[in-house]
Amino acid sequence: MNQYPKWKYGLVLIAIFIGLIYSIPNFFGESPAVQIMPTKTSDKLDVSILGKIESTLKEANLPFDGIVQEPNGIKVKFANPDSQVKAKDILQNSLGPDYVIALNLISKSPVWLTKIGAIPMYLGLDLRGGVHFLLQVDMKAASEKAAESYLNDFRMTLRKERISYIGASRLNEIVRLQFDSQEELEKAKKIIKVNYPDLMVNESSSGKDKALDIGMSEMGKKKIQEFALKQNLQTLHNRINELGVAEPIIQQQGLDRIVVQLPGVQDTAKAKEILGRTATLEIRLVDEDKTDIATLESAQKGNAPFGDDLFKDRDGRSILVKKNVLLTGERITDAGPGVDQQSGRSVVHVTLDGRGSNIFKQVTRENVGKRLAILLIEKGQTEVVTAPVIQQEIGGGRVQISGMNSPQEATDISLLLRAGALAAPMQIIEERTVGPSMGEENIKRGVHSTLWGFVAISVMMMIYYMVFGGVSIFALAVNLLLLVALLSILQATLTLPGLAAIALALGMAIDANVLINERIREELRNGNTPQASIHAGYDRAFDTILDSNVTTLIAGLALFMFGTGPIKGFAVVHVLGILTSMFSAILVSRALVNIFYGYRRKIDKLSIGQIYKPNQD
Amino acid sequence: MELFRIKKDIPFMSYGRLTTTISLITFITAIIFLSIRGLNLGVDFTGGTLMEVSYSHTADIDKIRQVMDTIDLKDTTVQNFGTSKDVLIRLPIRQDLSIAQLSEKVSKALIESDKDTKIQRVESVGSQVGEELYANGALALLLVCFGIIAYLALRFEWRFAVAAIIANMHDVIIILGFFACFQWEFNLTVLAAILAVLGYSVNESVVVFDRVRENFKKMRKVSVVEVIDNAITRTMSRTVITHLMTQTMVCSMLFFGGETLHNFSLALTIGILFGIYSSVLVACPVAMWLGVSQRNLSQDQPKENQSQEINP
Repeated sequence: MNQYPKWKYGLVLIAIFIGLIYSIPNFFGESPAVQIMPTKTSDKLDVSILGKIESTLKEANLPFDGIVQEPNGIKVKFANPDSQVKAKDILQNSLGPDYVIALNLISKSPVWLTKIGAIPMYLGLDLRGGVHFLLQVDMKAASEKAAESYLNDFRMTLRKERISYIGASRLNEIVRLQFDSQEELEKAKKIIKVNYPDLMVNESSSGKDKALDIGMSEMGKKKIQEFALKQNLQTLHNRINELGVAEPIIQQQGLDRIVVQLPGVQDTAKAKEILGRTATLEIRLVDEDKTDIATLESAQKGNAPFGDDLFKDRDGRSILVKKNVLLTGERITDAGPGVDQQSGRSVVHVTLDGRGSNIFKQVTRENVGKRLAILLIEKGQTEVVTAPVIQQEIGGGRVQISGMNSPQEATDISLLLRAGALAAPMQIIEERTVGPSMGEENIKRGVHSTLWGFVAISVMMMIYYMVFGGVSIFALAVNLLLLVALLSILQATLTLPGLAAIALALGMAIDANVLINERIREELRNGNTPQASIHAGYDRAFDTILDSNVTTLIAGLALFMFGTGPIKGFAVVHVLGILTSMFSAILVSRALVNIFYGYRRKIDKLSIGQIYKPNQD
Repeated sequence: MELFRIKKDIPFMSYGRLTTTISLITFITAIIFLSIRGLNLGVDFTGGTLMEVSYSHTADIDKIRQVMDTIDLKDTTVQNFGTSKDVLIRLPIRQDLSIAQLSEKVSKALIESDKDTKIQRVESVGSQVGEELYANGALALLLVCFGIIAYLALRFEWRFAVAAIIANMHDVIIILGFFACFQWEFNLTVLAAILAVLGYSVNESVVVFDRVRENFKKMRKVSVVEVIDNAITRTMSRTVITHLMTQTMVCSMLFFGGETLHNFSLALTIGILFGIYSSVLVACPVAMWLGVSQRNLSQDQPKENQSQEINP
């Protein structure tokens, strides 16, 4: 009656075996490593780079413990942090700007374990140190920016179609075009409707003022906001890549928020600066008619000529630029540093998307010999990065920006162009930073809590329930093993509250075994045989265990649904802990008891501690 | 070893009026503390900035306060925590500074005044996020209550469900009362602990109710009061041992878990202690008064027919 079919023992053994394998990597610790990733997220890692890394390190006489290639980059293992930091500098110099070298940690567990996917638990920021940001995307600004870009498009279209207009302006998200005749208005209306079917065009003429109000539909706005969020995510990806963070997390949260987690980053000021950099790029024409000193001087006093803006270039010289924006950074698909083959000077190669290529072709055709200003707008400050002369019509969307002072500058500017601009400004609305030593301290705290709690419970259980206490503790240990293995397999983020949840899960899981043991004692007290008592004890306790675990599960799921960050970490472990405890407390402990007692013909006594029988007194 | 040597069933239900009165008094006291002092909500809920700074020498609190004054952050609280080398700085939300700028400004000023300053932890929460976390927390609490009521009503009977949830909400209010009374900081981790307690404490009621149901099936000729008394007496040993074990684990967290887990384990401790009391001595009388009887339980559980007599 107390014997399991063979497959049940097998199941328990297999579970323990798998648990062991997948929890082992957590005990090996980590060694310092550098991670080499291509700068452009779209680029695949070149296999030949492996040889280059090896030869570079050998030349520099830096011993390393191994190279592994992973989907997100190549990792080189080192014996100590010293050579890790040295290697980072050396590799950065030899590989150049096409690769990002980041410091990382790599598990010391044997390669065969890693190959079967047995990797350590994924530690949250509060355990490994790092920064967590929650960014709010300003969606109103995104719509306004879109309206601004429509405004520029309309100007260009109207000019191209030779429709005369007397004013073009934007109020919030509405673009207003003014005409002096109904005829021109009708023409414009027709063309806009054909070219921009998504937009809502309304006539709002009053008396002599003939005007068109053009706005975006709700659908259109939603599309723009979705696009803005995607664009911002992409931009953040690129910028963070530039920071050289090993395993960043950049995720959308809700409709208008982005979560950024940067493990191991200590320089939060720099991280914030790079995230919050609302730099945008604009290409406009230099007003070549207004280059005389007198106009510039009066412009400096605040009287810029109509239709022009006054900016300074990198050398501090004033320059008048037309208000009309031809292109913005959004149209850039790629940018990279290079060398001009004729002059041998540093340049930046820029690739534009389809629409950008067409605009650029038209602009350059119409303005050969004039200067094109490339403006960088950052924190409300606009600077002319460069203002090269247009030599010829440029088609195909490949643009070369000359006038770079050094290869470094070419690299910097191309990075900035490539990383792109944010489609809408963002604000940090939540920040959590944990220093690296604090992370280690937190791990220690969590592990010690679990360990000493476990030891204390073990001692108490064994004193109180003797062999059955031992069985319960074994089941509890299996529970811990399975929980750790499950967390490692799922790669769920483990936080400090998560560690607390592990401890709590153990403290609560013992309940099932106490229930069973008490039941068995009770059955014995009622005069049942040991075998029958074991059977009835497990059987009767099962319903209770199920009911009580389901209620705990409900609480855990609610926490998971509504919790964020550290609380979610708590909830995940809490829920998983309940599931593993059901398995271990019932199946594993029963299997062990069966092996112990189930195959004996005659048992006089169960070792479950003293049993008090009131009748014998 | 056996702790409980009980000859006869303890007549818990005859103390029902007393125990529920005691509960009612604690409950009302908790409500009074909550309404007078209120919860000391952490930055998670109010928004604001919390910075943990450590030094290799004893921290000079007055000097840090002066530094705060010089950068024009007057309504800052600076206090030691843990050791004399660790300092906690709390800053409210400022209209003129974004949270990102605020923490940057403070850390810069602190490092300038003392090179030894180490910023260990920064938690900045915008007011909007704080409000959302608060709303989500309340929603989670509500959802847990309804989930548990629904499950217990399905598995047992609505009377048990209502009794269990009354007993457990009473625990939650008392935990909150303690936090209000001592002005311990109430943050997200504490909320997690409270929800965990809610699930855990219902456990307790479930175990007793399970026994009550079982007894109703077995003990046919006895009164409801005797049935409940017997159920409580027989599960008492388990109740105490289990809670002892869980509390051992929680104590381990209280001692080794550091600052972050301190209030978390405090909430758990109060929850566990009052959980024993309320699930047995509040939930059962309430269920009794609501009129649980053999009839309204046996309908949905007709399976075991053999009725065993148990000598009480």
